[in-house]
Amino acid sequence: MAILLTVNGSPHEVDIDPATPLLYVLRDELALNGAKYGCGLGQCGSCTVVVDGEAVLSCMVPVMLLEGREITTVEGLGTIDKPGPLQQAFIEVQAAQCGYCVPGMMMSAHALLRRNARPSDAEIREALATNLCRCGTHMRILAAIRRAGELMQAASLPRPDEGRAG
Amino acid sequence: MGILQHGITRRSVIAGTGGLVVSFSLGRAFAQAPAPPTPPATPPAPPASLPGSLDDDRFLDSWIRIDPDNSVTVFTGKAELGQGIRTALLQVAAEELEVDPGEIEFVTADTGRTPNEGFTAGSQSMQNSGTAIRNAAAQVRALLIAEAAKRFGIAAAELKAENKSVLAKDGRSASYGELVSGQMLHVEAQPQSALKQPGTFRVMGKPLPRVDIPAKVTGRPAYVHDLRLDGMLHARVVRPPSPAATLMELDQGAAEAMPGIVSVVRDGNFLAVVAEKEFQAVNAMRTLAAAARWQEKETLPDQTDLPSTLQGLEREVGTVAEAGTLSSNGKVFEATYTRPYQIHGSIGPSCAVAQMKADGTLDVWSHTQGVFPDREAIAEMLAMPEEKVHVIHMEGSGCYGHNGADDAAGDAALIASKIPGKPVRVQWMREQEHSWEPYGPAMLMKVSATLDDQGRIASWAYDLWSNTHSTRPGGAGALLAARHKAQAFQPEPAELRISPSGNGDRNANPLYTIPNKRVLWHFLPDMPLRVSALRALGGYANVFAIESTIDELALMAEADPVEFRLSHMEDPRARAVIELAAERFGWDKAKIARNRGRGFAFARYKNLAAYLAVAMEAEVEPETGRVRVVRVVSAIDSGEIVNPDGIRNQTEGGILQSISWTLYEAVAFDRTRITSTDWSSYPILRFASVPDSVEVNIIERPGEPFLGTGEAAQGPAAAAVANAIRNAIGKRLYDLPFTRDRIRNAAGRA
Repeated sequence: MAILLTVNGSPHEVDIDPATPLLYVLRDELALNGAKYGCGLGQCGSCTVVVDGEAVLSCMVPVMLLEGREITTVEGLGTIDKPGPLQQAFIEVQAAQCGYCVPGMMMSAHALLRRNARPSDAEIREALATNLCRCGTHMRILAAIRRAGELMQAASLPRPDEGRAG
Repeated sequence: MGILQHGITRRSVIAGTGGLVVSFSLGRAFAQAPAPPTPPATPPAPPASLPGSLDDDRFLDSWIRIDPDNSVTVFTGKAELGQGIRTALLQVAAEELEVDPGEIEFVTADTGRTPNEGFTAGSQSMQNSGTAIRNAAAQVRALLIAEAAKRFGIAAAELKAENKSVLAKDGRSASYGELVSGQMLHVEAQPQSALKQPGTFRVMGKPLPRVDIPAKVTGRPAYVHDLRLDGMLHARVVRPPSPAATLMELDQGAAEAMPGIVSVVRDGNFLAVVAEKEFQAVNAMRTLAAAARWQEKETLPDQTDLPSTLQGLEREVGTVAEAGTLSSNGKVFEATYTRPYQIHGSIGPSCAVAQMKADGTLDVWSHTQGVFPDREAIAEMLAMPEEKVHVIHMEGSGCYGHNGADDAAGDAALIASKIPGKPVRVQWMREQEHSWEPYGPAMLMKVSATLDDQGRIASWAYDLWSNTHSTRPGGAGALLAARHKAQAFQPEPAELRISPSGNGDRNANPLYTIPNKRVLWHFLPDMPLRVSALRALGGYANVFAIESTIDELALMAEADPVEFRLSHMEDPRARAVIELAAERFGWDKAKIARNRGRGFAFARYKNLAAYLAVAMEAEVEPETGRVRVVRVVSAIDSGEIVNPDGIRNQTEGGILQSISWTLYEAVAFDRTRITSTDWSSYPILRFASVPDSVEVNIIERPGEPFLGTGEAAQGPAAAAVANAIRNAIGKRLYDLPFTRDRIRNAAGRA
């Protein structure tokens, strides 16, 4: 069955069993690597993507429920040559060991930072409540999300030299 | 011409007639000359020992290749496991070669291309591969400078290497690509190298950003899970419901009739489905599992009485250390500690891709820690010659030891062998990883120690009960697929071996000054639960038991725990990390609030690698039994530093992972089945319980050998948690993990 999806701003038509979880469609039909299979049970968060601004576990959602909704994966936050603020922050803080859980963490953080650019430490921890990391990179992940908030704020403020003659 | 043409493997060239091979055959020809009879020649001197893994793969071009187009390739037999080794090894090569790190092509573990460095394990990559690459690179640099000296007609001392060229003071220069020729680098390494001196480093000792992180945070393909080959099929394995189950009956018709199903594979107790699409394979796996009838057996031990279970399995005793004469005079402290079976728990379950090609060769992409041993096991399982199996490392989710990686590779290889031509991707399910990965072994540790009347440790008897901590491949019997197939392979029998770096007995011999001691490993050859290497092996539980005991002895001696450790420690580098961690924590002046405690611990990993001391402050809720480590300050000495941020990242990670093991983790099972099969039945550390701060202080040791770092925190962090809880509630916990129930019970009795 053909299903129309909007992923990272681009429309896609996929011919797939409508009960297929979004995760497999992203990975196998659209060749997107960001969302990862971790448990298939909604317990670990490594498959997290953002749907209409909310963090969603893509291993749990059948693709048929997603027609007409805006799906964002970590690929939608920027590219290796032009990383977005969250990606830039994770690189700057070196917030990965194996990195497998990290895109899921970033998508949970993306949903948080969209609604709250200056989250408290407790709010960040709460947003990551369903994301598991096994390497013990937690401290850096928290730091990277704080840093991403700063970068986003800096980007939204006028630059100090703006408006000057030059 | 360069050392190699593209498309020819390095090994095929090495197998050809290099200069050295020719000289050997000449030697033999002379020795076989008929007359006159010569007196027996003195046996040739054994080849000189070379630094690190160079000793096993002695040719410079096994490690470093320079092509006429001035491209530089560096090879390592070690694999990136998320520990950042690719970046650190790259820094070493870039430093000694005088090349920018970005200009090096870096090839990791691949049976067709790289040296065989066994397993990427035991925190030995920097010592073995780092040392080899560093020396090989320095010698390659010297050869290139010597060549330039010859061409320019000036002394080598007048030349310097810089940015892939050799430069003379008069302005002449030649690029490495211009200087290299023929078999120039196909020579055996020398025992000594002119290494760069620490003061002159450009790349080493500095926090080079990890080269793999940008791809990982932008969704570029980074893991074997992301490998997509043309025409690739998706497989799922249907594992037995319990370790000793036998397949009695199977109706595979329903699964075969499902959409997209290419094949149902059955070979003895090995069952798998192969489908065009991944979710089709998942659905068919469930259908097939429901259509299989297994006979199960009660082969698992009684989880409620681990000490008796482990002691009942003892067959042999090995002496790990012995000195003086044990006595029970003076004040005595006795304790029994346990550690349960624990999982590696990779966040991404194991995955592999395999393809049986038309020419009869098999390619396997795997996140194994050992491409060469894995190849050996797969070849044996499939009765193929080893040279027809090509195992290529690709990253997986962090493994922390021997997880399901090799097994998934075995699964993919077995399935691919039955569907020739098609690449097959096998992805384990979460419950399969939890149920079938080889666990970190359960352990029992008994200590009896005494203090003399000066409050010094006089006698120390330490007994540990444990399986082996390594059942890695080598033989096919190490692979689940090989054990389950009709022509089944058996695991190799486990043997007790006492070695300096240790196994179950790793770190069992305390580094403290103790005049009379005896350390014994009561060895359990039978493994009712499948076990293998989990980060730090026995070092995790042994350091937990030793450092818990040291704290109790300090209490008995009415001494400060840090002072007590220092008064029993001679090694100045050990003293330095203990003093630094204590100072940065503010051990002397830290004010600890109610329901909080502070704990300290130290170990030198394997008694021969990195030194690590850690101080922690933990908060205990007596009513709920919840523990949260609030603040961590550690100090580490890893010898010469290559990437300080890599050391920091690994140490932070080790501390947090060990906190997770220590507070939450135990494999659960009944007499037949594993019952902890997901993250709700086997909980781990979550963000809500992560500390407020974790500090890693690195002691710099320029010019000293690299010391393995990646596992150094596991034992000390566990003991520091135990000691902080003891300090907070006044009761010691002896059984890992420190669950809420155990804390509540202990606190209630305080």
